[in-house]
Amino acid sequence: MRESNKLIIVGSPNVGKSVLFNALSGSYATVSNYPGTTVEVLRGKAVIGAIEWDIVDTPGLYSFYPISEEERVARQILVNERSDVVIHVVDAKNLEQLVPLTLQLLEAELPTLLVLNIMDEAEKAGVRIDAAALAEQLGIPVVPAVATTGKGVAELRTAISCYAAPKATSRNLLEYPEPIEKVLDEITALLAPMQSAHISRRALGLLLLKDDAEIMEMIRHSVPEAFGRIMAVVETLWKSLPEPIEYRIAVRQKQEACRLVSLAVASETRPSGFREVLSRLMMNPLTGFPIMLCVLYLGLYKFVGEFGAGTVVNFLEGTVFEGYINPFLINIFTRIIPWAPLRGLFVGEFGMLTLGLRYAVALILPLVTFFFLVFAIIEDTGYLPRLAMLIDRTFKKIGLSGRAVIPMVLGLGCATMATMVTRTLPTKRERVIATLLLALAVPCSAQLGVILALLAGRPRAMLIWAGLVGLVFLLVGYLAARILPGRQASFYIEVPPLRMPKLSNVLMKTYTRVAWYFREVLPLFLLASALIWLGQLTGLFDLLIALLRKPVALIGLPQEAARIFLFGFFRRDYGAAGLYDLNKHGALNGIQLVVACVALTLFLPCIAQLLMNVKERGWKTGAAISVFILFFSFLVAYGVNLVLIALGVSL
Amino acid sequence: MKLTDKAEEILETLWVELIEKKKEKCDVTLVKREEALYELIRGGYTRMTEDKIALSEKGTEAARQCIRRHRLAERLMVDVLDFKKGLVHETSCNFEHFLHKGIDENICTLLGHPKTCPHGRPIPEGRCCKESRKHVAKLIVPLPELEVNRSAVIAYLHTHDREALRKLIAMGALPQTEIVLLQRFPTILFQLGKSQFAVDDELASHIYVRRL
Repeated sequence: MRESNKLIIVGSPNVGKSVLFNALSGSYATVSNYPGTTVEVLRGKAVIGAIEWDIVDTPGLYSFYPISEEERVARQILVNERSDVVIHVVDAKNLEQLVPLTLQLLEAELPTLLVLNIMDEAEKAGVRIDAAALAEQLGIPVVPAVATTGKGVAELRTAISCYAAPKATSRNLLEYPEPIEKVLDEITALLAPMQSAHISRRALGLLLLKDDAEIMEMIRHSVPEAFGRIMAVVETLWKSLPEPIEYRIAVRQKQEACRLVSLAVASETRPSGFREVLSRLMMNPLTGFPIMLCVLYLGLYKFVGEFGAGTVVNFLEGTVFEGYINPFLINIFTRIIPWAPLRGLFVGEFGMLTLGLRYAVALILPLVTFFFLVFAIIEDTGYLPRLAMLIDRTFKKIGLSGRAVIPMVLGLGCATMATMVTRTLPTKRERVIATLLLALAVPCSAQLGVILALLAGRPRAMLIWAGLVGLVFLLVGYLAARILPGRQASFYIEVPPLRMPKLSNVLMKTYTRVAWYFREVLPLFLLASALIWLGQLTGLFDLLIALLRKPVALIGLPQEAARIFLFGFFRRDYGAAGLYDLNKHGALNGIQLVVACVALTLFLPCIAQLLMNVKERGWKTGAAISVFILFFSFLVAYGVNLVLIALGVSL
Repeated sequence: MKLTDKAEEILETLWVELIEKKKEKCDVTLVKREEALYELIRGGYTRMTEDKIALSEKGTEAARQCIRRHRLAERLMVDVLDFKKGLVHETSCNFEHFLHKGIDENICTLLGHPKTCPHGRPIPEGRCCKESRKHVAKLIVPLPELEVNRSAVIAYLHTHDREALRKLIAMGALPQTEIVLLQRFPTILFQLGKSQFAVDDELASHIYVRRL
């Protein structure tokens, strides 16, 4: 039996690929990172026309010549995987911009089917499309749809099950200027012995002409004997043209797209509605920054901080764990493990169950869940690109671009995850600066929750803490941007229309992220508990704590804080939680509280983030970042303590 | 009848002395024996009384054109061909005579209707300058210089940075596409077809647009 049919969904970001994927596949889907990347690829199965299909949802792709990592992954899937139907999903109101990719897919001789999605928005915007005329022009099925409401999905299923690849014609879909055509003919002839590619030789030739490193490597491997001659032809053409060839090719494709669209689309301009007004308010600096503060205040402070870290955590930790679960566990373990030191491993002061499990489930889980919920809502509305555009000018000063706002905001959830996401930043310089700032001055949601709870009753202390951390963030970023070599970051981002977030989408995203986080975090919490237990039993920890006492005393904190810093290393939030315990017993005054919060926020990242730093940035950079943070955080805390005492501030 | 190069140069001198320096009459002892001087008198460009000379109406207009061509030639040398200022005069003396009617307007448009020569002296206006003023401003500008909410069409992309070019191509910012600048600060925001993009000043400055 032959393997099942395969359906690949492609298209630029924000056109509803995932919603369409869900509509077709129904229940079962797996999310996985494409090998060697952080880019998520969704795979699932569907029964269409009584046949089982494998469906792949690819990351956003603007053109067949990729720039970003997402685009590279999407292109790799198209080049390397056999497909029976490729669905190109476009935003119907924006055909002129998006049809060039359809042309490129057809040029690659992929079995393409065009879905005009978000038809409802197009109609509202005054765009009327003659799908039949477009289908005739392109020679492929064209299906109008509104994936979010399920409109057009039945028609799409029919179109998929009776899909017939466009007949090969001798005429090329798109003719390029003469010198390019001549060279393309030569290249396709030289590529004749090539077997393995799933895209046409003409498309391969065009990509070679565009200086596509990946395709060059692929051709070098599959037709080594012809590679030299091919490249000679390509280079001769490059030298004879006054401007980069991708410009000429793109201009030609755009021209053809405009011609096709003008035959099938009638559009009138409608006055912009409320959404456009709101969108512009978000991007106008006068109103945008207040809106940003509002979103952060309501989303992070009120919802994650007060409700999540306060109400929910108190209930789970105080009522559920300390009231029921811990006494119950202690009771059981006292009966089955009579030897106290071993029993301590599970249910002691630092027991894996009484401490590790409690922190993970009662403290961290609700915090992270609430944070990712807020993040998913913000992400789904399309607010993040607006935030990026607002903040770009500031971020340029610290060597980053507006794009870095995404890992930075994510870092407020989990800095470890955010460090992984820095991979999407385009240059090494940006990645290093973002990693440093994430490790140093961006508190994760677990820390943030505990710190906000600790400082809740002291607005002035909160202000000093926030001001200092913000200052360190900007200052260190600014200095890093001056010191590190390399070019200034460049910024561009598409600003999609504002949309109401879709509940199912938000819940799915939150669930996936929380599940990932919990899978990573729970073993670490248990391991950390075990290590602490072992460290205590062997006296190793006492030694380390004794070593830390001196610096801790220097920054004006009580001796118990040494333990917190050590634990903090095993899990950044773990340390913050320890601080919370210490404060509950009334061991800290206002100044000490601020100093401790500043030091913990800046202090060495948790062990998971440390490992991630080393993994992403390499040994040298990872170690350098860690050593710098170790000294710098104590130095700042020391200075803050001195200044606050000298000024006689009471908090 | 076409004037000789020498005659044109005399006209230029007369323009500077009589019109720009506002002298009543000009002493012509230096060029007294030149054939070109008689050429001008015969053609009705100048009037001669004793050793002094004055421009007729016809001569004033011709002198104006000569001076305009000369100074446009200088601008072309400095702005486009990258000559050093000191060397300009001599070369443009030879060059100006080639810039005859029609061509001087093309050069003037190409240079964006300059008001002064590289030495800071005024360039007399041509017909093209007057017409361009009706259009208020330069026809093609980099995107950051376009007025907010004014629609335009992308004329061309100009950059030596191939990465930047590729980014612009990926956005679909290609010639003939309609573009509206929506916001300039803190980041350039523009509408392209039905999509909006935010880009930094540098990237935006590679996009040249023609106002509609």
